[in-house]
Amino acid sequence: MAVLDPHFVDSVRLDDSFNASACMNCGICTAVCPLGLEHLPREIFAYVVLGMKEEVLRHQDTVFSCLLCKLCEVNCPAGVHITENVRALRHYFDSEVFQIQGGPGDAASHV
Amino acid sequence: MPLATSDTVGILADNLRLRRSVLPIPAANAIRWTEGLHLARGGERVLYTGQMYQLIPYIEQMVATQEKLGDSWLAGFTGFGRRVNRVLNITSFMAHPGVDERSVYDRIPHNVALLLRRAGVEFGSLFDEDLYSGALIYDLGVDEVLKAHAQKVYEVFQKYGVKEAITIDPHTTNMLRTVYPTLIPGYDLRVRSYLEVLADLGYGPSRKLSGEVAIHDSCVFARYEGVVEAPRQLLQQTGLTIREPEHTGTSTWCCGGPAESLFPKTAAAQASRRVSELRAVAGRGVTMCPLCFVNLQKAAGDTMQFEDISDYLLQACQAEGLTEEIANGH
Ligand code: SF4
Ligand code: SF4
Repeated sequence: MAVLDPHFVDSVRLDDSFNASACMNCGICTAVCPLGLEHLPREIFAYVVLGMKEEVLRHQDTVFSCLLCKLCEVNCPAGVHITENVRALRHYFDSEVFQIQGGPGDAASHV
Repeated sequence: MPLATSDTVGILADNLRLRRSVLPIPAANAIRWTEGLHLARGGERVLYTGQMYQLIPYIEQMVATQEKLGDSWLAGFTGFGRRVNRVLNITSFMAHPGVDERSVYDRIPHNVALLLRRAGVEFGSLFDEDLYSGALIYDLGVDEVLKAHAQKVYEVFQKYGVKEAITIDPHTTNMLRTVYPTLIPGYDLRVRSYLEVLADLGYGPSRKLSGEVAIHDSCVFARYEGVVEAPRQLLQQTGLTIREPEHTGTSTWCCGGPAESLFPKTAAAQASRRVSELRAVAGRGVTMCPLCFVNLQKAAGDTMQFEDISDYLLQACQAEGLTEEIANGH
């Protein structure tokens, strides 16, 4: 049984433009994606909105392999900011999982 | 064993933070394109490269060195690599590209300078202060590092009183025109790609080229920046017949380039699919981004020849004796 974290979406959201919850799971993005990414955007966005953090973490490679080419976004009928949402997810991995943001708390700052 | 995504992102972010580029390259090589142009430093309007074309041969050299090792072009480093990179620029120990590999990429900004001069545009350069825009770090989501870097870039524009930047590639255009205003309060810089500038001013080459070219739109130009008509308008004036592939204009297909730093095999597979679409409509292709150019040419091998759009645009002017006079700004 998946562990749900109701605050997870707030830790991913960078600003008000994050709108994963607008997705209506129509599948157009998957149909047009040149890489045929199946889990991104809709499935991973649903995990974020539902607070299924472990599922999101399992899809790290998918999150980082998206080309940010925007072909899905310009075809999305719900106006989901797909590429900006993907960048927010990457930011989450960078800061919370890889501990990279270049600040003093950055894990690799002390050689 | 491939380098973990975390280490690759970390090394690239550290380089931007500490060395002002994801892949620091010697200053003399970054400004070689200015040779013979007698450009002023700064001024109200500058031609801004963001080092994008100049970086490509260095990235390719790393790709070639690292390809055998597995998945990523930084795969030769272990987790230890990022710590070392903090004090020593590890990329400087890699083989450097030779003159031949560099010259094709130095040529493009030089071409653009000649084309702008011919159209009567006055501009300067920021030379060694023409910094990388941080596009890859933006894509990777390292926003805090990007924000600090964008501020450094903007301070240079302010230092020289620059009011307008003319850009060459789509990524630098997008960063300076669309992303930086969201990061820097009071940001005030006019940004246009040279394709837009030439299309607005009128290009009108005197010589007609012949033949067919398959046009490859950059995703960033077409879908992020709305630059679709300008390259077509200019190419049409050269006399070339433009062939549109199945995915084109605002529906263009990516060259795969954005995946290269982390997933080179994904990048190569996408480039091959795209080359097949382009090859179906013409034997020659035209690109307007250095990442598209290098990825597609590599995937095509000798089955198809790609040229940067500036090469075609300049070729169509060459009967005009477009040489020393324009290069010297007379
Ligand atoms: S196209 Fe838009 S609404 Fe449809 S599944 Fe994809 S993100 Fe959701
Ligand atoms: S941005 Fe491009 S690569 Fe990423 S999910 Fe959308 S269509 Fe696929």
